[in-house]
Amino acid sequence: MSLDQIVDGLSEVSCDVLVIGGGTAGPMAALKAKLKNPKANVVLLEKANVKRSGAISMGMDGLNNAVIPGYATPEQYTKEITIANDGIVDQKAVYKYAQNCYSIIEELDSFGIRFLKNENGDYAVKKVHHIGTYVLPMPNGETVKKALYRQLRRARILISNRYMATRLLKSADGRIAGAVSVNTRTAEMLVIKAKAVILCMGAAGRLGLPTSGYMFGTYENAANSGDGYAMAYHAGAALANLECFQINPLIKDYNGPACAYVAGPFGAYTANNEGSRFIECDYWSGQMMLEFYNELLSGKGPVFLQLKHLHPDTISEIESTLHKVERPTRGLFQQGRGVDYRSESIEMHISEIGFCSGHSASGVFVDDNARTTVPGLYAAGDMASVPHNYMLGAFTNGSVAGIDAMEFAESHDFAEFDAADVAMERDRVMAPTKREDGIPPNQIEYKTRRLVNDYLQPPKVTRKYELGMRRLAEAREDMQERMIARNAHELLRALEVQSIMDCADMAAHASLYREESRWGLYHWRTDFPEKDNENWFCHTLLSKQDGKMTSEKRAVEPYVVPIADEEKDLYDKQRIRASA
Amino acid sequence: MPLASYQTSVPVVVDDAKCIADKGCTVCVDVCPLDVLRISDMTNKAYMAYDECWYCMPCEADCPTGAVTVNIPYLLR
Repeated sequence: MSLDQIVDGLSEVSCDVLVIGGGTAGPMAALKAKLKNPKANVVLLEKANVKRSGAISMGMDGLNNAVIPGYATPEQYTKEITIANDGIVDQKAVYKYAQNCYSIIEELDSFGIRFLKNENGDYAVKKVHHIGTYVLPMPNGETVKKALYRQLRRARILISNRYMATRLLKSADGRIAGAVSVNTRTAEMLVIKAKAVILCMGAAGRLGLPTSGYMFGTYENAANSGDGYAMAYHAGAALANLECFQINPLIKDYNGPACAYVAGPFGAYTANNEGSRFIECDYWSGQMMLEFYNELLSGKGPVFLQLKHLHPDTISEIESTLHKVERPTRGLFQQGRGVDYRSESIEMHISEIGFCSGHSASGVFVDDNARTTVPGLYAAGDMASVPHNYMLGAFTNGSVAGIDAMEFAESHDFAEFDAADVAMERDRVMAPTKREDGIPPNQIEYKTRRLVNDYLQPPKVTRKYELGMRRLAEAREDMQERMIARNAHELLRALEVQSIMDCADMAAHASLYREESRWGLYHWRTDFPEKDNENWFCHTLLSKQDGKMTSEKRAVEPYVVPIADEEKDLYDKQRIRASA
Repeated sequence: MPLASYQTSVPVVVDDAKCIADKGCTVCVDVCPLDVLRISDMTNKAYMAYDECWYCMPCEADCPTGAVTVNIPYLLR
């Protein structure tokens, strides 16, 4: 029988801790859970293949948020991330990350992942952020996935590749009971009973539509279709600050990072068409993105990453990192365009919108133990709400989640779920395969994501949002009543569209709820153009209550690290001012 | 609603002379994050079956015989 042919089947397995998503946070969570209790069963479920899945599929060119003794302190880092996020931060989780991340770096080092060191053997940390110094290059960052995979094999983690989780199962009293999944090549369904579940399913990177003409030419790994956000939502977990979109400055068309983080410490900078700097700091924040957006639309666009003023040897060094590690096709792209960094600047633009706490601050709400609001359910990495996670945050918080989830599994027995929930989910998943005639998933996806671009992309206009939500509701009806999948691969895409649609609805709902502007471009509402600390200095939590999408306010936890009044708006001063 | 297919040039090119899928190798199919590669029933060689590429490169990097090339897709060249 050939691959992709649909097989009708349903089986059930059980484990102590189920980790969903084998990218960055997932492998670390699985490893830590298993090391905590080697006798327990830990299953790592992955939609693709753990060897090459997730945002670090090909590797990573550096740590963007390394808090290394001698260069930065946890207090300083916590302060910086708080200010960069307009104060809407529960500092406890950020502070805990900042305290733990150095030991994770040492651990990664022991796995054989190498970081840049200076001639004295110390980590060669670089400054990119507005205030502190946290960027540690990884010239051999292409080894990350292989090194992780070795650890997983050694610890005997049970890896299930090519299974896409679709919904979480809960008991009548609201505790996590497991997950339903489907094989992406046969459409056979697998129910996994688990005492604790950790969601590490990455960003919602396939939300907006890139302008290239390719639906999969996204900034994020296109496999990151927001499945984790959708699953958490349908399980009743709260999602925080989803209106704080992720929007990135990228290489135009290629849609990969221009990597000011890599090139900046060597002297490269973002410039307008006059070759002048216009932003103080290249660290990605909503405020910086707003200045970027303004410059693009002014007569001074396009915007470029400028390296040509640097020494040729320096450029060669930068080039070897940029063209080898994180997105190696970049070299091919620049070569095809005839762009030599020695003589020409790199044209940049703004990415499509997405959700990703890796760079912004939205996600499934978690506390400092990576616990969601559903007992026994955890989240880590780009989909969890700890802000500005990046790769090291995914590793560090994945580790926290793995240990805490195993403790939970040790003190709880399996929760019982209702068999009717599985039957209902099976009907939902398989529905597109039962239709003779209809609309293929790629067209529903294209339409949904075009609507996201047309109506939800900032600046956010209330009237546009209302229209967008109406159009999205029509597309949803088509998706639910008319979408077809003719083989297992199309069914995978059909399921992903449903995650994308849920994320689009959540993006719209959350954005309309917060009636102010905050986080620069990420949440710029033209009808409420000012920051309103009196009414909106709070998190927003979105959740499904009685089947309906609902938003509410949640107070920001008291700060662990106090921020002085004169420091609060440091990130608001991104634009370079003309000197008198 | 009747369906039609849509012509598209795909970025992943496999050199059939080097590809050893006919000897049982499935490395590129196994590692692809978007699961777009398949082994052809006709030639028993790997090929890009679905135009859903992120041009990320594991297929090229992990191919044991150097048979796979990832090109930049035409529209964003």
